[in-house]
Amino acid sequence: MALTNEHVQLRLTEKFGELVSDFETTYGMLDFEAPKEQNLKVLQFLYDEADLNFQFMTDLTAVNYPDKIGRELAVVYHLHNLQDNLRIRFKVFTSIENTDVFTACKLFSAANWMERETYDFFGVNFVGHPNLIRILNVDEMDYFPMRKEYPLEDQTRVDKDDEMFGRG
Amino acid sequence: MTEHHQHHIKLPEGSIEKQTTTLNVGPTHPATHGVFQNIMELDGERIVSTEQTVGYIHRAFEKLSERRPLYQITPITDRLNYCSSPINNMGWHLTCEKLLGVQTPKRVDYLRIIIMELARISDHLICNSIMGVDTGAYTGFMYIMQFRELIYEIYEEICGSRLTTNIGRIGGFERNFTNKAFTKLEKFLKEYPAALRELENLFTRNRIFMDRTIGAGPISAERALNYGFTGPNLRAAGVDYDVRVHSPYSSYEDFDFKVPVGTTGDSYDRFLVRNGEMWESLNILNQAYRKVQEFKGTEADVYHADVPEYYLPKKEDVYTKMEALIWHFKIIMGEIDMPKGEVYHSVEGGNGELGFYLISDGGRTPFRLHFRRPSFIYYQAFPELVTGGMLSDAIVVMSSLNLIAGELDA
Amino acid sequence: MSRPVRFNTTPIEAHLKEAPSVGEAPDGYAGEGFFTSKLSDVVGLARKNSLWPLPFATSCCGIEFMATMASHYDLARFGAERVGFSPRQCDLLMVMGTISKKMGPVLRQVYLQMAEPRWVISVGACACSGGIFDTYSVLQGIDQIIPVDVYVPGCPPRPEAILDGFMKIQDLVGQESIRRRNSDQYKALMNSYGIE
Repeated sequence: MALTNEHVQLRLTEKFGELVSDFETTYGMLDFEAPKEQNLKVLQFLYDEADLNFQFMTDLTAVNYPDKIGRELAVVYHLHNLQDNLRIRFKVFTSIENTDVFTACKLFSAANWMERETYDFFGVNFVGHPNLIRILNVDEMDYFPMRKEYPLEDQTRVDKDDEMFGRG
Repeated sequence: MTEHHQHHIKLPEGSIEKQTTTLNVGPTHPATHGVFQNIMELDGERIVSTEQTVGYIHRAFEKLSERRPLYQITPITDRLNYCSSPINNMGWHLTCEKLLGVQTPKRVDYLRIIIMELARISDHLICNSIMGVDTGAYTGFMYIMQFRELIYEIYEEICGSRLTTNIGRIGGFERNFTNKAFTKLEKFLKEYPAALRELENLFTRNRIFMDRTIGAGPISAERALNYGFTGPNLRAAGVDYDVRVHSPYSSYEDFDFKVPVGTTGDSYDRFLVRNGEMWESLNILNQAYRKVQEFKGTEADVYHADVPEYYLPKKEDVYTKMEALIWHFKIIMGEIDMPKGEVYHSVEGGNGELGFYLISDGGRTPFRLHFRRPSFIYYQAFPELVTGGMLSDAIVVMSSLNLIAGELDA
Repeated sequence: MSRPVRFNTTPIEAHLKEAPSVGEAPDGYAGEGFFTSKLSDVVGLARKNSLWPLPFATSCCGIEFMATMASHYDLARFGAERVGFSPRQCDLLMVMGTISKKMGPVLRQVYLQMAEPRWVISVGACACSGGIFDTYSVLQGIDQIIPVDVYVPGCPPRPEAILDGFMKIQDLVGQESIRRRNSDQYKALMNSYGIE
């Protein structure tokens, strides 16, 4: 019997009850969330259970929702079950003041650099990461550029003519 | 901030040296294809530990995409894996079509497959011939670049550009393939097999090449899966995961092809898997070309799906019909709003599963776009592949992994 | 199956008047067994036809450079046969591809290691001016940190455009005065970049 989204949802609610919530199926992919303290337990459960078997981490990234007060940063895990060919998306929300999230490095070695990239862009502090420093930006950068509050362009340029760009 | 890298590690009693030598390989180094840096601790020639630094070509693609409507993001996706830009373009268009709910006609799918397989051949040709260059054999590279020029000519005929192609549109292609494009494709299909056989003969059973690459940087299937490997690097380790077979897109299920798989995951296996994939791509190209020739009459004029919000209408219609004029204006001025939603779509790129995670909040530009870049994910495993081996093996492993700097840093 | 061998038993007469391979000799006075000319012309002729480039290829333009170096658009016929990766041994720094702010100090160090006379060609829109990447992490043109002689626009420029840029560098090299590198103007240019 092939694994389906409903079966995954059933097993998760059996095990975690009220802690997992917000189940949605968008474009064929199941999407749910859990509190950030439980993220490792959920990932371990999805990894170990024989009928769930989500042992491949496709992607780990974050999204900044400036409008959701108290839940501004969402860490998004994409997991894949290669045998049954099922993908799910698992989100963990954290507030922008206290951005501690437990690291998934011990379970998936792929999470190592992906978490460094997320830290570099959003400032999510992964507790327990072996080497959480900036990876893509210059080491001296003191802000987290992908947050919505910061602009795209370099603000220290003097050679751009604002009149020509319609900003004058 | 923890002190992560130790220089001049003390070596144990009985070693020849008292401490390791620190060697900086890169960012400007002929063996690194693109700019990334490895700081290696060496005990003579043997690598004790290594650490990589990336980000020397970070161009902020993800932040840039939050500013651009969907069709303006295609030129950015070009610059991810620039050796096979059409695959990135097609992958992005498929993601947009998934968000918009567009179904493309079969002819468009088959034409897309032709372009994607040509790009895959182009990417693997660079990787394999540069593996030869890194082990000292320039001949293969010189001979085979001639055939990459033939592939570039086919792209030029269709979209005008050679390398960063921006080929296709959301819903299909910008113009139908001309007879000249098909003639060039036929010429390629006729002449290329002999050239690929010649490249194979130069390397596959070459004593020196085999001695350099067998046993260099092996990885087991469990470790590869844990590291998130995909593509030829994973298939060389023994796992037959290919996105074209697992989650077929763009009518790949209509084609009959094999997926080459290796055993030990070392550099020789990666070379052979890429070589095998080039033969399979040729097989797919021949099938696709035959299938496209079967469309006759008005069916042969179909080259795009009906997506009025994102596909520019024909110029004759813009000048004569009111609705076409309105759509043209709205598209050019960027007034179109996307449907709300979150979608993740992946394609089999030259290096593995290239994924696009798009979140749209109903505006004209994406709320968040994230590229799942295979090179970034498997470069993490590099220390595990080379520690304990020789420095020259590390160079061979680096070039066999096919690290493209544009995809590494985005 | 071996290729059939062809022997050139009936060679054609070379048409020297139309052959492009015979170049122009510099202006000078010739006599029996001697030829006088300006030193800078002769030195320029020798230098321009044997430039040793350093390909500083970072991204997509680097792949077009590989196509330029390959057999179809051969760069070697212009004398740039030997590409080197050590700045101590090269004359021409070809910067191809985007230079980010992290890479800027590396590029500057490579430029400083080159010995005079040295020329810089900036290939591609990203190296000339930042290209399509007007972002916080990309250096908006390498002429912010090193002086550039020739700019080749394009994204990526066709191999013919790269060769055109290379030929313009050859013109610059051939006509350069012997005293240029010691002149006050050149010193002022170097000082404006903070290079002694």
